[in-house]
Amino acid sequence: MDKTTLDIWVGLFVAIGIAALMGLAMKVGNLTSNTLGETYAVTANYENIGGLKPRAPVKSSGVVVGRIDNIKFDTKAYQAVVTLKIDKRYPFPKDTFANIYTSGLLGEQYISLEAGGDENFLKEGDRISKTQDAVVLEKLISQFLYNKATEEPKK
Amino acid sequence: MKPIFKILSSLGNQVTSRIWRLGSAARLFLLTLIYSGESFRRIHLTIREIYFTGVMSLIIIIVSAFFVGMVLGLQGYYTLQKYGSSESIGVLVALALLRELGPVVTALLFAGRAGTAITAEIGLMKATEQLSAMEMMAVSPIARIIGPRFWAGVISMPILASIFSMVGVMGGYLVAVPIIGVDHGAFWSQMNVNVDFRFDVVNGLIKSFVFGVACTIIALYEGFDAPPTAEGVSRATTRTVVTSSLTVLGLDFILTSFMIAH
Repeated sequence: MDKTTLDIWVGLFVAIGIAALMGLAMKVGNLTSNTLGETYAVTANYENIGGLKPRAPVKSSGVVVGRIDNIKFDTKAYQAVVTLKIDKRYPFPKDTFANIYTSGLLGEQYISLEAGGDENFLKEGDRISKTQDAVVLEKLISQFLYNKATEEPKK
Repeated sequence: MKPIFKILSSLGNQVTSRIWRLGSAARLFLLTLIYSGESFRRIHLTIREIYFTGVMSLIIIIVSAFFVGMVLGLQGYYTLQKYGSSESIGVLVALALLRELGPVVTALLFAGRAGTAITAEIGLMKATEQLSAMEMMAVSPIARIIGPRFWAGVISMPILASIFSMVGVMGGYLVAVPIIGVDHGAFWSQMNVNVDFRFDVVNGLIKSFVFGVACTIIALYEGFDAPPTAEGVSRATTRTVVTSSLTVLGLDFILTSFMIAH
């Protein structure tokens, strides 16, 4: 086969491959949609994080504003320390609530930020003090059963 | 006592000969890497081989990817609609293709389509003493024959796997959206949210790269090692398919367990 034809075919092959890879990255994957710009890191302590995982979304009013960077366990307070990376475009007041919610009944867990009324904003390295733990289903059920049992039987 | 010794010695012989073959394949691999500078100096040889291993495999890759994607769409829909989450069909198709089926099926097809051709070609070159003739002319067969084929395989495999995954997703789309009637927006947006570039796309690429190295070096070694007879070449070709398929599946398990472990 002629050398130029060969080169054209191989060039076409490589180009299709790169196009497929770009398609996978942009259309199928999330390379474009969740790229956060510059971020600032804040921490939050929880008694129980349930099934929260690193890289889980941080949402506010349902909009993804950041990602969870890492989760550590603090042996002094015996609490989970979650580091959140929040996009710099979204400043939050110092008294923001950081609650762990579950999307759907069996979906993944995420942290929801609910802005407070403070005039100062969270800075890099700050700690969110107002947190609410993940709901543990077993606890909820046992509480429910306990309440049921203590109820006065109606006659 | 005698039969026991016989069994033991044949077992030992089997094991040592396997290890010996593994070792000499590893030597060939190292030599290929050492000589690859020399083989890259004649880049058109590698380009020619990319044409034969990559471009010529496109048809089989695209057709099978399309059918695999469509079947995934149908089967996935059948199960997902029982749980009322048929919108997740896009996620299922994309993750299955990117993480497993893309790299693995591409490698299996590659071993059958390109690996056998490499083995038969080199085996026949050896049988007709072309390799010895090259050595007589002070041309290293490793730099001239093995190197370009090796790099062509290693370059082609990730490209083919990417094409496979993308075409498979399109096949899944074709079944899910126009035929079954899953919502177009939900199909893509769910996929977009749940497929991660680093952990799904890049890991799939790493897999296909490793499979590319394994498949090509096995095909090359079997051809290089084939007894220079018609029967020897045919046996070597068979062994190429069997060994590379098993190696790909085994490596896939090891790589997946590493990728999930982190």
